[in-house]
Amino acid sequence: MKNTFLIFIAFLSFALGGCATAPAIGAVTPPFIDPGIDPESWALIPAGTFPYGQHDHLTSVDYDYEMMVTDVTNAQFARFLNAALAEGVLRIATIEVEMGGNVTTVDGVSVDYPGDEFRGHKHEEEIKAGEKLVMPLEEDGLRLRWNGTTFEPIDEYSNHPATMVTWFGAKAYCEFYGWRLPSEVEWEKAARGTELVDGRGLPFPWGTEIKGNNANYYSSFDLFEKLFGKLGNTTPVGFYNGKTYDGYQTLDSPSPYGLYDMAGNVWQWTGDVYPDQHYRYMRGGSFYSYEVDLRVWKRNSAHPSYYSPQVGFRCARPLQ
Amino acid sequence: MHTLARRLDFLFRSTRGLTLVAIAVVSIITALFGMLSGPMAEWGVRDFVVRALGMKLVQAEREGRIIMIYHTIANTVIAIEVYFITQLVRMKRHEQTIINGTVTAGYLTAAIFGLLFAYWGHHFVFHGLFLLGESLMFFAGILLAVALWPWKKEYRLPANSPYARTKRGVDLERVAFFTMAVATLVSAAFGAVTGSYWGNGHETFLAEDLIRIPHKTDLQRAIIGHLHIMLTLIAIAITLIVGRWKDFKGLLHRIAMPLMISGTIVITTGALSVVWLEWAHTIIYFGSVFVMLAALMYVIYAWDMLIKEGTQGVKKPTLAQKLKALLRDPLRFGPGWQMVFMNFTVSGVGIFMAVNLGEIFRVWPHREERIILTGHWHILSGLIATIILMYYAHLSGLQGKARQWFGWLLIVLSDLAFGAVTVFSMKRLFVSEANQQNLVNWTMLLADFGLAAVLLILALFLLWRLYDLFREQGIWKHEYQEEKRQIAEQELHEQEQRAKELKAILKEAAK
Repeated sequence: MKNTFLIFIAFLSFALGGCATAPAIGAVTPPFIDPGIDPESWALIPAGTFPYGQHDHLTSVDYDYEMMVTDVTNAQFARFLNAALAEGVLRIATIEVEMGGNVTTVDGVSVDYPGDEFRGHKHEEEIKAGEKLVMPLEEDGLRLRWNGTTFEPIDEYSNHPATMVTWFGAKAYCEFYGWRLPSEVEWEKAARGTELVDGRGLPFPWGTEIKGNNANYYSSFDLFEKLFGKLGNTTPVGFYNGKTYDGYQTLDSPSPYGLYDMAGNVWQWTGDVYPDQHYRYMRGGSFYSYEVDLRVWKRNSAHPSYYSPQVGFRCARPLQ
Repeated sequence: MHTLARRLDFLFRSTRGLTLVAIAVVSIITALFGMLSGPMAEWGVRDFVVRALGMKLVQAEREGRIIMIYHTIANTVIAIEVYFITQLVRMKRHEQTIINGTVTAGYLTAAIFGLLFAYWGHHFVFHGLFLLGESLMFFAGILLAVALWPWKKEYRLPANSPYARTKRGVDLERVAFFTMAVATLVSAAFGAVTGSYWGNGHETFLAEDLIRIPHKTDLQRAIIGHLHIMLTLIAIAITLIVGRWKDFKGLLHRIAMPLMISGTIVITTGALSVVWLEWAHTIIYFGSVFVMLAALMYVIYAWDMLIKEGTQGVKKPTLAQKLKALLRDPLRFGPGWQMVFMNFTVSGVGIFMAVNLGEIFRVWPHREERIILTGHWHILSGLIATIILMYYAHLSGLQGKARQWFGWLLIVLSDLAFGAVTVFSMKRLFVSEANQQNLVNWTMLLADFGLAAVLLILALFLLWRLYDLFREQGIWKHEYQEEKRQIAEQELHEQEQRAKELKAILKEAAK
């Protein structure tokens, strides 16, 4: 009995030990892939009513607007950082970041923020006026390099979504160019459009079902999961456009208005600031998410100073 | 025909048979619907199952499907607990029969039609029959509460009883069962009333998705209170059941029962008052302390008994001898251990979270907080399930090596899975997002392995019981005859009592 048990434990350790190691996200550099979708392009989202949220509440947006076809890329974000630093909008600094009553100091890029109205609601944290973190300078998962004077994207990641950016940073990027972060309503309309199937709005930008080659999500078996394991990594923006990469066939998966990556790849910051809470909301799901979080109405939220390898953003602007 | 009738009689009229059917139902539901998520979905099994069984999985209805499957499994677990209670707590035979019959009809109707409604199309007839099943469950609960009424004279305890009692002899353990049953009825009604408003402005949601919304509606709060207290009451019920199984008595019993009664009342009041009170959590914490202390009394008693029994004849047992005695029977050691383990994976995590909510957990993204919340109560449900399985395996007369292997594998593998899930859910405390791959992979692998192995053991156990049903002289027959004998004795006793009462009435009338 005792021997059998020991053999069983030994077998178990051997069996499990062989299949669970995976490299850290910064330990492997993926190949550069160009999906051919222009990250500088914008899509028109016309005014109108659309089914909003899981329960399809008909909601009206009474103006036309535009949204970026892809998430902001690392190359775009590096250009912004360099330009905004040169203009003095951003600074390199040691910033005191306060989250949940804990204060930590981070060497990073900072921007001024006017602060939020604070009403002291239960669990609400005051977002005070002052210097806020845009992005840290040294942190695992960063895709930009700071050489002391300028930022440069890591070449292989230059067309991947810009990540490790706080909500303050995302907002600063959009506003630097005269744009804004989309509201949650604007984001969802751009993601799902107005179409109804069997009386319901679309759950995914491209339709009613999801397959592994529609989007980058947890265990979707994309190219990058071969390199990084099941958790995967970001894919270049616009990757799921019907092209084949190194034998991996993607499905063309734009939203009804032609936006790519509105489900999966990275969560996207939205611009709303709601009363009685300090959280900022994200949409779309990421490469860490299960497919259920890629449904267009699913929300994630975090402190505006939060940054992560799975959070990016894109901007909206009035009709040009 | 007679052969089939005897087996059906065993399966649907004896405690062991009814429990076996219910465990089989939960296992089939778990096996079938477990193929729609997790690794099975990743491996493409889900798509095959959905196609093969013609399921209709609308994306927007996922939350509704999950709620339906939670109800289905919870109903079945409640039915199992009811079978245990009607067997362990003294009541009339006809009460036991009607309660077991009603709860069985209820959970089966609710399960069959609830799942048809959720996974195979929203036909109103399915939903109507699901509600009929739920109503039968509720009615069985009322019957149970009536049968448990603790102030009946025949259930009073003598002054020298080793069990907790009031000065007038009221059995406090019976009061604890009764309180739990009534609290469950009130809490079920809370959910039912809110559910009845569904479609009139109340929309389906999962509680973990709303956790950060600062202004929840009363209906949302009512559902949140309902789901929390129902699981808590299921946990309280199983604690009382294993206490009865182990013949919990003596000083610790006398301390534990008042704690359990007051804890049940306070915690239920707290959970339901979440609709109106901002500080409802304080009431819940207060009640939880009582209930957890009562459970601790049980663990001390049960383990002490195991050690005493295992070291009988040894004058001054050493620590090693005591430990050996404690661990010699996994099925009797396990329930207490799982309750202790629960403190690390459920209560400890819950308290740590509550204390550090603003400073740690609300700093993390909502998705991380959601993982902790769902992991937390899935583990509690899983631990309750393992305790039920231990008691049932014991009732089945599992002996020798089979008992040792079944018991230890159940404990080790389930705790491996639950421990891994706990580490996974708390991972942000130890590792950054950029470096979490290895930890995620390992914990997910261990959790999947542990759970899959537990399900495999359970499947083997059920296959053995299925095979046994085909044997003319199988264990089922022994159990069937044993229970028939007990029932016959009980009915005879009841009839003798009744005959005495009737004779007394006749005598009185003749005067």
